[in-house]
Amino acid sequence: MAETRRVTAGPATYVLRAFVIAYLVLLVAWPVVLVGTNTFENGTTAITEVFSDPDMVHALRLSAVAAVVATAVNTVFGVTISMLLVRKQFPGKRVLSALIDLPLSVSPIVVGLALMLVYGGRNGWLGPTIEGWGLQVVFATPGIVLATAFVSLPLVIREVVPVLHELGTEQEQAAQSLGASGWQTFWRITLPSIKWAVIYGVVLTLARSLGEFGAVKVVSGNVLGETRTATLAVEEKYLNFDQEGAYAVAFLLASVSVLAILVVFVLRARGTRHRAFERQS
Amino acid sequence: MSIDVSGVNKRYGDFVALQDINLTLPTGQLTALLGPSGGGKTTLLRIIAGLETADSGSVVIEGVEATRLPVQKRNVGFVFQHYAAFKHLSVARNVAFGLEIRKKPKAEIRAKVDELLQLVHLDAFADRLPSQLSGGQRQRMALARALAIEPSVLLLDEPFGALDAKVRKELRDWLRRLHDEVHVTTVFVTHDQEEALEVADEIVVVNEGRVEQVGSPDQLYDEPANDFVMGFLGEVTTLGGVRLRPHDVEVATVPGSGSLPGTVTRALRVGFEVRVTVDVAGQDALATVVMTRTHARALRLEPGAAVWLTPADGATAVAGSRPARPAEEAVAG
Repeated sequence: MAETRRVTAGPATYVLRAFVIAYLVLLVAWPVVLVGTNTFENGTTAITEVFSDPDMVHALRLSAVAAVVATAVNTVFGVTISMLLVRKQFPGKRVLSALIDLPLSVSPIVVGLALMLVYGGRNGWLGPTIEGWGLQVVFATPGIVLATAFVSLPLVIREVVPVLHELGTEQEQAAQSLGASGWQTFWRITLPSIKWAVIYGVVLTLARSLGEFGAVKVVSGNVLGETRTATLAVEEKYLNFDQEGAYAVAFLLASVSVLAILVVFVLRARGTRHRAFERQS
Repeated sequence: MSIDVSGVNKRYGDFVALQDINLTLPTGQLTALLGPSGGGKTTLLRIIAGLETADSGSVVIEGVEATRLPVQKRNVGFVFQHYAAFKHLSVARNVAFGLEIRKKPKAEIRAKVDELLQLVHLDAFADRLPSQLSGGQRQRMALARALAIEPSVLLLDEPFGALDAKVRKELRDWLRRLHDEVHVTTVFVTHDQEEALEVADEIVVVNEGRVEQVGSPDQLYDEPANDFVMGFLGEVTTLGGVRLRPHDVEVATVPGSGSLPGTVTRALRVGFEVRVTVDVAGQDALATVVMTRTHARALRLEPGAAVWLTPADGATAVAGSRPARPAEEAVAG
């Protein structure tokens, strides 16, 4: 990690520092900590209550399943698209690149409504056909996975693309000159080289997927014990004056996110050390 | 004939990279593709390797028509200027890569890797990562990696270009000795005429997408086919409408038969040699003469001194048609 020599701190630096710290504490740290303290106001009862309610366990499991499947899909898709964007030339490449950012800029609730228009069981563009095959998308797990995947789609790509750019093609060409096929080159050379970026993208995708609310709310139908995810359960409990329960589920979701951030932090530190080490000599 | 290139053309948009290249390189030789940057020599090497495809023309390697073969099937060893080391693999695994791809038995791979690491003097570094090696060591590793697949030809793209001057000189000598040991047909690209003259059996001068001349270092130096080759292989000066090497000009302080009178404008000492600039009467361009310091002192060559210049007997010379282009400029360009 690059050490920057510190210039003597003037009063402006301290004011700036205090401002940033106050901002982060008031906006992020304190509210999140309060969720924790509210959860444990009465000891662990709130948490044990959540885990003894089969509907809540179902909601947590549904969230986990949707997040894991969406992440798996987006990882495979993301790495493929990244390879395509960086290594291949084709017409419409810039349009595709811009399109990939769409899920980040569009409100999730719009995503939900858009998915309804396509996969809606009664009026959707494709929905009735798919339902004819006996597969219900909207108001069922596939719809929830779809909405989650849509929202978290760019995260792997945005991590992998710059690393692929920086990597260049020489190592791949060297592998090919040594007889490696395209597939062998990818598995043995490219993938190990972008490993950290992929892991980083996966963790971010997982965290984002777990927290998805808006799009899922529209397409899931929000049926207790069936299609209600953990985030939807938090809202439901909060609106029904079960604040303790709401905080407990919120706490569980927040812990996973914090854990994900910690993992990323550790990985990033390792990655930086790794790269700094490579740059030596 | 090991490599046969015929009628190869390559364009990038409007830019003509290679124009009707015909080249035959015999088996077992060490050949240099020499020329200024952007002259097409790297493109030619990459077309031979199959990393680039020619617009037209054909490439035959060891009698096998290779024009349509992908790089994987050509069995060429390629060494890149910036090493292209597999950063996540140890030195031994780097060298083993081509053999692992070919699914050779483990014991055979280990034996071959050991042998090659010894050849490139990296046997003590087998378990290190490339990041723990110096530039010169990385390039030797890359060479061992390319040799592991027992290539029909070994192609090196500016192999010493990224190294500092001292290491470059060491590796250059080492490559020559290695080639004498291994005897694999080798082609390397360089823009450094000294490197080409010192290492290669044969030099192909490539400029502006064309082959200017093919020949041994002696042939090229003594009988340059044209002005460009003469200028690219060493310093050139003009004397009485003839272009020749500055050290092939004889200086006298008295008139002689056929000598051209002039006045010394500058005498610059660089180490053991002195570079004297002379304003020759009736000639626009200044003439440059290179001689030893002792010689210059004996003649008392100081600015303002009157001198008479003659081309030395047996000097390599071409008629000065094209405008003078110093070698340094040609290298930098």
